[in-house]
Amino acid sequence: MTLKKRIIPCLDIKDGQTVKGVNFVDIRSAGDPIELAKRYVKEGADELVFLDITATVDGRKTFAELVSQIAHEINIPFTVGGGISSIEDVQILLDAGADKVSINSAAVRNPNLIKEISDEFGSQFVVVAIDAGLVNNEWKVFVKGGREATELDAFEWAKKVEELGAGEILLTSMQNDGTKAGFALELTQKLSESLNIPVIASGGAGTSEHFKEVFERTNATGALAASVFHFGEIPIPTLKSYLKDQNVSVR
Amino acid sequence: MIAIVKYNAGNIRSVKNALDRLNVESKLTDDPEELAAAEKVIFPGVGEAKSAMNYLNERKLDEVLISLKQPFLGICLGMQLMCSYSEERDTKCLGIFEEKVKKFPPKGLVPHMGWNDFTAINGPLFQNIEKEENMYFVHSYYVEVGRDTIGETEYLIPFASALQKNNFYGVQFHPEKSADSGRKLIENFLKI
Repeated sequence: MTLKKRIIPCLDIKDGQTVKGVNFVDIRSAGDPIELAKRYVKEGADELVFLDITATVDGRKTFAELVSQIAHEINIPFTVGGGISSIEDVQILLDAGADKVSINSAAVRNPNLIKEISDEFGSQFVVVAIDAGLVNNEWKVFVKGGREATELDAFEWAKKVEELGAGEILLTSMQNDGTKAGFALELTQKLSESLNIPVIASGGAGTSEHFKEVFERTNATGALAASVFHFGEIPIPTLKSYLKDQNVSVR
Repeated sequence: MIAIVKYNAGNIRSVKNALDRLNVESKLTDDPEELAAAEKVIFPGVGEAKSAMNYLNERKLDEVLISLKQPFLGICLGMQLMCSYSEERDTKCLGIFEEKVKKFPPKGLVPHMGWNDFTAINGPLFQNIEKEENMYFVHSYYVEVGRDTIGETEYLIPFASALQKNNFYGVQFHPEKSADSGRKLIENFLKI
């Protein structure tokens, strides 16, 4: 009897549609996030993450409506994020039915937002996304979708967000994201072993072995990926049966 | 009609969504008469025990809930509030179950978040559910195993993940978020 390692597909949403292409032949509209989400639920995904990359006010309203539809349609937990900058934004998304919200740049700008959300709704609602990148061989926190480096040390920042009440950390390595060469094992291990809250590893998944590595060699309790799932390169049922064979505890 | 207890806890709507998916009519309400008249009552919630109990006490909903006679299901915080006492801000709870709510020992990650095995001991809630089934949990406090325990889970220590006394049932996990396994449990509750 053990807590299972979580496999988490991430969907990027713009104006209510999934952005990155998908090539599931049996999905009628590849851009429909609800259909894609339902497909992942059926395949055994443990949680889902929806990131809104829309910049417009109208787009954000569309996203909240989408969150409400997702909450009606799917029966596993899901996190929503992207552009959340105030407690009002959080309230709208939680009212729409999100299980957790993920904050990133806004938490760096205003760390107290983490505490505010945690106090108001509970720490289990607050996921802090940390985009970490190497600057002069040191892991720094990046903001604005990974475009801008800050002075913040990734490990110190992680400790601080835990103290402020974050319930979980979504750690993305900018170095590994998009490479399909594997997760950032050293970064993930060093960061996860220093904390008492769950860490989800993200960035770099290319093969099933990469998932095994990140679960065996770090304390990450979940692993997130996008394109390898969307493009059907790693079907979730195949990944899960592989991990079971490798004695990684999965659902 | 299924009544869902409306109070100051989070994620109550997700239970309504789960019932909508089963085409079962339900209503969020804190009206004592509506609660008493409902065919069944679900008491969900994610949140903090003290402020939830204060809210219920101020509105005398505590007396209403413990007097209900129809099948009643508490979920997560709902189940914890049905116990006698919670260590979360030293809170006296409804006292339907004699079990106490305690904080997880500081020897692992808290909250207990994710899918874990649920071992059903007995009861009508668990028809057609495997002896060991994965359910979705999110909580920082747990219920100690006691007389009313009808299901167990282990995380850091063994704890009660399902309780029953007469018409009152409670589950620590979220059936509304536990995919098909959770759907079966909700369907079983609706058949009681």
